[in-house]
Amino acid sequence: MTDLHRLSIRELSQGLADAQFSSREITQHYLKRIEKIDAQVKSYVTVTAEQALAQADAADASIKAGTASVLTGIPVAHKDIFCTQGIKTTAGSKMLDNFISPYDATVVAQGKAAGLVTLGKLNMDEFAMGSTSENSYYGATANPWNLNHVPGGSSGGSAAAVAADLAPFATGTDTGGSIRQPASFCGLTGLKPTYGRVSRFGMIAYASSLDQGGPMARSAEDCAYLMNVMAGHDAKDSTSVEKEVDDYVANLNGTSVKGLRIGIPKQYFNVQGLDAEVKARVEESLKKLEDMGAILVEIDLTMTESYVPTYYLIAPAEASSNLQRFDGVRYGYRCENPADLMDLYKRSRSEGFGKEVQQRILIGTYALSAGYYDAYYVKAQKVRRLIQQDFLKAFESVDVIAAPSAPTTAYKIGANLSPVEMYLGDIYTIAVNLAGLPAINAPVGFDSNNLPVGLQLIGNYWSESQLLSVVHQYQ
Amino acid sequence: MAKNNAKPKSNLIDGWEVVIGIEIHTQLATNTKIFSGSSTVFGNDPNTQASLVDLAMPGVLPVLNKEVVDLAIRFGLGIDAYIDQASVFARKNYFYPDSPKGYQISQMDNPIVGLGHIDIQLEDGTVKRIGVTRAHLEEDAGKSIHDQFEGMSGIDLNRAGTPLLEIVSEPDMRSVEEAVAYIKAIHTLVRWLGISDGNMAEGSFRCDCNVSLRRPGQPFGTRCELKNLNSFRFIEQAVNVEIERQMEILEWDGTIDQETRLFDPVKMETRSMRSKEEANDYRYFPDPDLLPVIIADAQIEAIKATMPELPVARRARFVADFGVTEYDAHVLTLTREMSEFYEDVVKAAGGATQGKVAANWVMGEFSGALNKAGLELADSPVTAEKLGGMIARIVDNTINGKIAKQVFGFMWEEGKTADEIIAEKGLKQETDTGAIEAIIKDVLAANEKMVEEFKSGKEKAFNGLVGQVMKAAKGKANPAQVNELMKKLIG
Repeated sequence: MTDLHRLSIRELSQGLADAQFSSREITQHYLKRIEKIDAQVKSYVTVTAEQALAQADAADASIKAGTASVLTGIPVAHKDIFCTQGIKTTAGSKMLDNFISPYDATVVAQGKAAGLVTLGKLNMDEFAMGSTSENSYYGATANPWNLNHVPGGSSGGSAAAVAADLAPFATGTDTGGSIRQPASFCGLTGLKPTYGRVSRFGMIAYASSLDQGGPMARSAEDCAYLMNVMAGHDAKDSTSVEKEVDDYVANLNGTSVKGLRIGIPKQYFNVQGLDAEVKARVEESLKKLEDMGAILVEIDLTMTESYVPTYYLIAPAEASSNLQRFDGVRYGYRCENPADLMDLYKRSRSEGFGKEVQQRILIGTYALSAGYYDAYYVKAQKVRRLIQQDFLKAFESVDVIAAPSAPTTAYKIGANLSPVEMYLGDIYTIAVNLAGLPAINAPVGFDSNNLPVGLQLIGNYWSESQLLSVVHQYQ
Repeated sequence: MAKNNAKPKSNLIDGWEVVIGIEIHTQLATNTKIFSGSSTVFGNDPNTQASLVDLAMPGVLPVLNKEVVDLAIRFGLGIDAYIDQASVFARKNYFYPDSPKGYQISQMDNPIVGLGHIDIQLEDGTVKRIGVTRAHLEEDAGKSIHDQFEGMSGIDLNRAGTPLLEIVSEPDMRSVEEAVAYIKAIHTLVRWLGISDGNMAEGSFRCDCNVSLRRPGQPFGTRCELKNLNSFRFIEQAVNVEIERQMEILEWDGTIDQETRLFDPVKMETRSMRSKEEANDYRYFPDPDLLPVIIADAQIEAIKATMPELPVARRARFVADFGVTEYDAHVLTLTREMSEFYEDVVKAAGGATQGKVAANWVMGEFSGALNKAGLELADSPVTAEKLGGMIARIVDNTINGKIAKQVFGFMWEEGKTADEIIAEKGLKQETDTGAIEAIIKDVLAANEKMVEEFKSGKEKAFNGLVGQVMKAAKGKANPAQVNELMKKLIG
């Protein structure tokens, strides 16, 4: 049973059904690995061993009784941005280091209902703001491919845990690329669904109109299993859409790669800063798809230069408002001996939030302030509409759009990129969130330092099945 | 509707024109809050009606209680206003412990109700139309309790998230009287439409008055906002006090600082609450957690179909059809329930021709008894049918007005109909001409001196004789009939 962590979700499910092993055995196996290996990877903030074993036992009982479903007894780990009842939920921040959530996020509850066993909570950039997972109060997570490099962010813990086989799959969230980029850096498949596909209730908000939760796993097939659990309308989230959920597993072979029109945006492959080896791996993967019958079509995405400024106005603006509730009054970090109300607010927030978070709150506050609102926030929202239209126009002539997920492979830990350099690293991913489109990262090779490279496929609204199917067939 | 087109009397005070605009926050009468499913019941233990969403836990999201939209539309229709069929919720960002999210969900650029108006009637009978700029939906904050905890403040979040309709008037009022009339008109309307219980003491109807002064013809002066005046009396006092304060400053060539002021009813003064430096920039932007509120034409039509006759129209109808004065009509339409009660009384009393007598009874004896017993109209032991039935007996001469008062008293105590009481207690008045004439003859015979006095010109003696006849009849005779027969027989 030493290779339990090498089994796919389908194999785990089958094995449990065939009583080859129990959920307890799988869970214990992972917990042991975490104990042994995570000191180096540092992907977990909280390991919930006791609860996991209890859930595993319940799952085993259910399997024996014949009341189990396909994922019953399979472990999962959640990005620490999802509220988990009775369990510390930190969003990677000192601000919530003492916060035990009184409720489960919808995604977590749906996971429990499906019989998943929660191994623990995964590290992330604080409040999802960052691209390296170095912005965490709990320290940097390491990339299992090279422990001196970052796993990406903000879902770095999720990516590292899965890549190091410390969880069979994990949930992540993506506001500007936070699933796709770490998936790319860690050689995983990661899917950001259409905005509104997955409930945001219980997902600590960063930028409300951009945030979306999604699966991260070792293959499209594994992602599909988790996507079946995560997707769905939620009455508690007014922005979640009442649309029937596909069976993503059943649809894995549903899209024909033959004749699939893949758009190659001219502007994307000419970006300064696009690493030559990344470009090479991505182009090779596109050639492979072409060999499988896909048609590569060059397209024009003219709004490319507006991506970064638009995103870095809208996201911080919404974040500055979403984070106002962290004030030391009802829960979370409170400074010692506040002199008065103003002191309570100022010190709790200055001491509780990290530098990147404070910076984005300031940018966002500025963008919304009187006299600047129209010039910045409103203008950015108008440009956002144009960015969306740019994509939709492209989808008139292609089925999916291809791009690298990131211009480079994983940075070194402590590389200390300037904020602007960091923000430019998001260039391939952020527009997708601005338009609300679904997109997937597929691992397509390595650079000469053995660091993973990822191909991103962007689909039209509600095309998650197609994206998973194409990547599945590629894999 | 606007009956009197006479030029309103001058409202200038020492040559100063008062300009008043009013913001009213009224709590909408839903069972649950606007964005969470928590109860809105008043008066329970602190923080027992605050859910995860109300507490602004990390990760929670607002979900609109659709009923508030219907209530807002109702209000809009009641003031003949523009209804925005794609209104938007916006975040008003500020830090305060009673505002858990650090922002209040309100409406900024696209309020659900746009420009409308309401007519007010002044004491001299003139009718003035007051513009309503807009009305929008928002959530209430919690309560801060500063005086119960040593050196600290207590925060009760039961109220946080309660749905409010903020109603903003145009700066159309030019006197305290107009201001109070406007507030009363809105107060009556929201209760009339059933969208709010308008309970000022419980805080479900709060008024902020913006007051400024100017010389006639000049642009508006700097205004001060008087906040949270929770009774009509306080409103009147506060505005008057503020007018005096501003006038004093302006008379001495000073300038008014734009600020918010709290009224102190003990010291009879207003005090500055917030200075300009601390003025908040609320950084309004559309709330990305909520969709625009799309209202179909059909929804508005459906609500229109359930709208009651409005107070102004009902008053006009009462005056036209029931012959009551405008003052009577005003009293009878203070609440919708009372106006419906009155109309039922009229019906039971025999119809429109009994309108005046029904009005007198409802406003007089009936209201008096209700107030004395401290009862709500709904708990009255005398129903409209019963009251109307009694009035019908006055009209058809079964009893006279004075006996009717006795009958009413018994009806109130025993809950029976007038007919039952009249029969049981033998209160039917004598109408037989022969019988009355007999009594009159007896009285005339026994009071020859009075008869002489009358015949020699002393008018009062007649009444005295009538009185004797009434006494002899134990009050059970129609005074008008007695008068008539007396005149015939006295010669």
